[in-house]
Amino acid sequence: MNTENTTQPVIEARQLDLTFQTNDGPIHALKDVNLSVGKGEFVSFIGPSGCGKTTFLRCIAALETPTGGSLTVNGMTPDEARRNRAYGYVFQAAGLYPWRTIAKNIKLPLEIMGYSSAEQDERVKKVLELVDLEGFEGKFPWQLSGGMQQRASIARALAFDADILLMDEPFGALDEIVRDHLNEQLLALWARTEKTIGFVTHSIPEAVYLSTKIVVMSPRPGRITDVIDSPLPKERPLDIRDTPEFIEVAHRVREGLRAGHGDDV
Amino acid sequence: MKQIVAVLTVLAAIVIVWYAACIPMNIKGVLTEQERAGAEVQPPSAKDRRDMDEIGLALNNAFAIPATWEQERPRLPAPHQVAIEMWETTVQKKITSKRSLIYHGWVTLSATMLGFVIGTGLGILLAVGIVHSRVMDLSVMPWAIVSQTIPIIALAPMIIVVLYSVGVQGIIPKAIISAYLSFFPVVVGMVKGLRSPDAMQLDLLRTYNASRSQGFWKLRLPASMPYLFTSLKIGVAASLVGAIVGELPTGAVAGLGARLLAGSYYGQTVQIWSALFAAAILAACLVGLLGLIERTVLKRMGMAQ
Repeated sequence: MNTENTTQPVIEARQLDLTFQTNDGPIHALKDVNLSVGKGEFVSFIGPSGCGKTTFLRCIAALETPTGGSLTVNGMTPDEARRNRAYGYVFQAAGLYPWRTIAKNIKLPLEIMGYSSAEQDERVKKVLELVDLEGFEGKFPWQLSGGMQQRASIARALAFDADILLMDEPFGALDEIVRDHLNEQLLALWARTEKTIGFVTHSIPEAVYLSTKIVVMSPRPGRITDVIDSPLPKERPLDIRDTPEFIEVAHRVREGLRAGHGDDV
Repeated sequence: MKQIVAVLTVLAAIVIVWYAACIPMNIKGVLTEQERAGAEVQPPSAKDRRDMDEIGLALNNAFAIPATWEQERPRLPAPHQVAIEMWETTVQKKITSKRSLIYHGWVTLSATMLGFVIGTGLGILLAVGIVHSRVMDLSVMPWAIVSQTIPIIALAPMIIVVLYSVGVQGIIPKAIISAYLSFFPVVVGMVKGLRSPDAMQLDLLRTYNASRSQGFWKLRLPASMPYLFTSLKIGVAASLVGAIVGELPTGAVAGLGARLLAGSYYGQTVQIWSALFAAAILAACLVGLLGLIERTVLKRMGMAQ
């Protein structure tokens, strides 16, 4: 189904291992993680807390350094990829600067990367339209709702030309209705921009609805228990969640999560 | 409206307590004066009066109570005496006069401002160093704390003597004492402010591959602004104390500190109290002005609503 997979993978992990040294002894956060993500894929990482899904995303972003195995991003080491500004990162909290307007917040990475001011204006306009926030450029973050703030932070991650978008539970703090709406918008955005997306979540419906590939993880040590290539079509209205295919994938994810927990409880 | 009523109530209470306190404080002196003027005083002998408590004396000689608020050199001057003295030495004196409180206030204020600018600049520089260098964090911070445990009244004469011996005098020594007191709150506040961005904010800049200086100018410095203004308000009040203390040991001829000192030499309590109030009003104005600047700046930055 995925013809892109024949080309070089965008993210590739082999036997990836990460152990944190803490005062209470070493913590095995990731163990033998093998994963290959092709260009334009939407990959969700799902699992209970402590399963290493966020840690894995942070490894891809070079915010953590693995202690073993290999990891490449765009064929480079994660740190080289970071220096080349290969990805945009969206955190669980919007993290907008309260002293900057929405437009100025989106310009932050552009200023740091040295874009001209005309180019900055043009890009702000483009990404605000992508996340459906036209007309809010002059507002300060506190004047926006939580969902709008998170959209602004996605716009900020899209403003420069990274072809990978890493999202760490970006909608985790939002209510169900806002989350549904943002999920729909995110799919539209993904279809338009053709970016590769890595998405951490602990919601099964969210993972199944969004992804072309679902990575089920389990804790102690953090590892991958199942990788599901979604049979769902690329075009996904919200009511696809009532179809048998959707329910079947969701069931498999739930089984994977249960299996991961089995040797633990 | 409610606030004004509350403030006026507190003010009225203070004034009443103050007037009441004048009676026992001044009654002995008043009775001695009255006796000399030929009035009947109970008990008549000064020796007996010395052993009596002041409240009993006041009750025995109720006729003398109004005079406790009108003495030439009271132990505790009444509020209106201080107010009149302040009026006479500000509005009714030319500001070039050596008896003008505005003139003395200006002398102190100029040293305060110079000291405040030096102290704030030094404080910010030290804070930037402490935040960016672990060595400075470990080496400078303890000294900054120790520096504030030395009583300034003990240190001030040394600073003045040492600077005088190398030919520095006038406003500079006062400003240095003033800076010595004001840099500390700025260091503490700015260190906290510059460290206020959380791990996520720092990670975000890392994903942009931002340099340290970009992180400083775009994130740490703006984030520290609310902390800076809080420190500045404490710092400016400390600066004023420093400038006044700096005027005491030199026997300076001008400044609010000199005014306090001269007043105590000649037993001019009214003059001391009016200098004290002038200092308090000056401090209130400086803090108020900084508050105004704070609101304007934070509002323009979008950090205040």
